[in-house]
Amino acid sequence: MEGTMVQKAAEQAEYPLFIPFIMAGDPDPETTIDLALKLEEAGAHILELGIPYSDPLADGPLLQRSASRALQNEMSLRRAVELIPFMRQRGLTIPVIAFTYYNPVLQMGEKYFFDQLKENGGDGVLIPDLPYEESRDIHNMAAARGLVNITLVAPTSGGRIEKLAGEAEGFLYCVSSLGVTGTRDSFPPEAYSFIEKVKKNSSVPVAAGFGISTPAQVKSLDGVCDGVIVGSAIMKKVEENLERFKNPEEKSNALDAVKSFVSSLISS
Amino acid sequence: MKTMYPDEKGRYGNFGGKFVPETLMYALEELEEALDEAVQDQAFVDEYHQTLREYAGRPTALTYAERITHYLGGASVYLKREDLLHTGAHKLNNAIGQALLARRMGKKKIVAETGAGQHGVATATVCAAMGLECKVFMGEEDTRRQELNVFRMELLGAEVVPVHSGSKTLKDATNDAIRYWVANVEDTFYLIGSVVGPHPYPRMVRDFQRVIGDETREQTVQKTGSLPDAVFACVGGGSNAIGMFHPFLNDDVKLYGAEAAGEGMHTDNHAATINKGTKGVIHGSLTYLIQDENGQIIEPYSISAGLDYPGIGPEHAHLAESGRVTYEGVTDKEALDALTLLTKKEGILPAVESAHALHLAFQEAEKMSKEQTIVICLSGRGDKDVHSIKKFMEKEEQ
Ligand SMILES: Cc1ncc(COP(=O)(O)O)c(C=O)c1O
Repeated sequence: MEGTMVQKAAEQAEYPLFIPFIMAGDPDPETTIDLALKLEEAGAHILELGIPYSDPLADGPLLQRSASRALQNEMSLRRAVELIPFMRQRGLTIPVIAFTYYNPVLQMGEKYFFDQLKENGGDGVLIPDLPYEESRDIHNMAAARGLVNITLVAPTSGGRIEKLAGEAEGFLYCVSSLGVTGTRDSFPPEAYSFIEKVKKNSSVPVAAGFGISTPAQVKSLDGVCDGVIVGSAIMKKVEENLERFKNPEEKSNALDAVKSFVSSLISS
Repeated sequence: MKTMYPDEKGRYGNFGGKFVPETLMYALEELEEALDEAVQDQAFVDEYHQTLREYAGRPTALTYAERITHYLGGASVYLKREDLLHTGAHKLNNAIGQALLARRMGKKKIVAETGAGQHGVATATVCAAMGLECKVFMGEEDTRRQELNVFRMELLGAEVVPVHSGSKTLKDATNDAIRYWVANVEDTFYLIGSVVGPHPYPRMVRDFQRVIGDETREQTVQKTGSLPDAVFACVGGGSNAIGMFHPFLNDDVKLYGAEAAGEGMHTDNHAATINKGTKGVIHGSLTYLIQDENGQIIEPYSISAGLDYPGIGPEHAHLAESGRVTYEGVTDKEALDALTLLTKKEGILPAVESAHALHLAFQEAEKMSKEQTIVICLSGRGDKDVHSIKKFMEKEEQ
C-alpha cells in the first residue's frame, strides 16, 4: 500500500517534528484558516485541527474555554472539515488531522465523516476518547480511504504499550504526563524514561504532547522523541490576543504574535 | 450472581463499552480485575452485607400503602422504602460497595460527582466511616440549589469542589471528576454515583444496587404469596431502577421506568433521555443522550436535580430497545401532585425523584384489578426538597 500523507510527512521531515493544534472556530473560522497558514510558514509539519465539543473530557480549562468560544461561533465537525479546502486553496500543503471527540463523529455518521474528510483534503483523525479496543472499525474506515487514525499511549499504558505502538500509523502520540491538556511548568522526570520506552516499541515516529509550552521543554525532549505536539500554549496565545484578532487593523499583528511564539518553539 | 450481560467488552446489546482516554484504560482494567476478584471472595461479600445491615439499616421495609390503595381503587400498592436507609436514599448501597472495594484495592483517596448531593452525601458518609479522603465535584448551580447537602458533606469531612465549567450541573461535575481522576489515577478511586460511565461501572453499580430488588422479591412473596404484577422506579442515571428491576428481568413482571419530562415532552425543557434522546457517547458509555444534530450535549431540565442528567445507563438503553422495560416521561407537575398525594395519604414525604415513579405507578394502579399488586421504589426521602417544592407551589399559585 502507498503510504499515507501523514506517514510521508512524518518520515520525510527533518526532526524534530512540530505538530501544532489549533481549535477550529476560535477566535473565528476565518482566522483558523489564517492560523493554519501561519503555522506552516513557521515550519509546522502536520496540523491538528481541533473540533470544539461541549464536553471535552480530556481537556483542561484553557481548551475548554477555547471550545466554548468556537461553539459560540457555531463551529461543528462538519464546518471544521469544510474549512480544509479553504486552507488548501490558500496554499496549505501539510497534512491535516481532525482532532475530535467521538460523539460528533457518531452523530455525523462514521462513514460519511470519513468520506467528507477525504473529499475535503483531510489526512487523518485523532479521537482522544476512543481507546484501542473500541477503535477497530474507525481504524479500518480510515485505512480504506488512505487516512490515518492516530494512536495515543499514556504513562499508565504499561503492558498495553506494545500493542498500541504496533498499531500506530503516521506517528505515535505519546501523552507525556497524566491529566488533561494544559500548559505545565515541568514534566515529571519519569516522562523521559517513559517516552524512551515507547520509542523502543514503535516503528513510526514518536511525538510527545500534553503540557508542552516552552522552548526549554521542547529542547529537553530533543533526542528523546521524534517530535512534539503543542496545543494549549498556542491557544493561550490566541486567547491573549482575542481583542486584537477582532480589530482588522491589529489582526495581522496578532497572527504574527502566534507565529513568532511557534517559531521560538521550533527553533529551540 | 449470574447475569447474561454485559459481555467482555462491557456491551449491553448495542450499548455500553469503554469510551475513555487511553490514560484511564489501565485503571478500568485494574478495577475490573479487583471487582471480579472481590465478588468471588466470600469475606468481601459478607462484609458488604454486614455493613448494609448494621450500618445502613437494611433490609428496608416494604410498606403496604393502604390509604393510597383504597383511594386509587385498583391494584394493591406497596412501597420499597429506600427513604429509610441511612442518609435517606438508595445511593448509600452503592457507595458502601465501592468504598469497600477501594479500601481493598489500597486506594485511600476517593473522588465522586454529585448532582442533587445525595450521592455526594452517601460517599462522604462512607468515607468518614472508613477513614478515606473524599473529594466531591458538584456543579456551581447545584451547590446553590442544594446548599444544605453541601454543608452536610463538609460536616462529614469531605471537600466539595464547585464546578464552573459548561452548564455547571451534574454532567459538568462528572466531567471534572473524570478529569481529576485522569490526573490522579494512580492513587485515587472514582466512586461513580449511578449505572453510568465506562465498563465496568454500570455493571458494578447495578450489582451493588440489586439488593433493592432481591429484598423486594422476597418481601413481596412473603406478604402477598406471589411476585408483584408490576414494578416502578424513577430513572436518572438509572441505579435505583436497575437495582430494583434486575432480579425481575426473567419473570412475568411488568417493569416501568419514569423519566423526568420537566415542563413537558413537547418542550425543550426535559430530561427524558430514552424517549427524546438519540444514540451517542457520554461519560465513556454508548447510550441514549440528549444532544443536538452536531453531537453537542444539551443540558437537560427537571425540577429534580437527581434526574437532571443528559444520559442514561447503557443497560437501560438496551432494556428500552428490547422492549423489556417501558419508559415514560413524567412532568414536574405530575410528580409534585403524586408527592403531595403520598404525603397526605400515607405520611411519607418522598424525594421529588421518587415522586416521578409514584405518578406513573398511580396511573397504572388505577387501571389494574384489586387482586393485582404493584411495588414502587421509593428511592429517597423528600426532606432535601422541601425548599424547591415550596417554590414550585408558590409559582403554580400565581
Ligand atoms: C432519591 C433519588 N432517587 C433517584 C435518583 C436518580 O438516580 P438513579 O437513577 O441513579 O437512581 C437520585 C439521584 O440523585 C436520588 O437522589
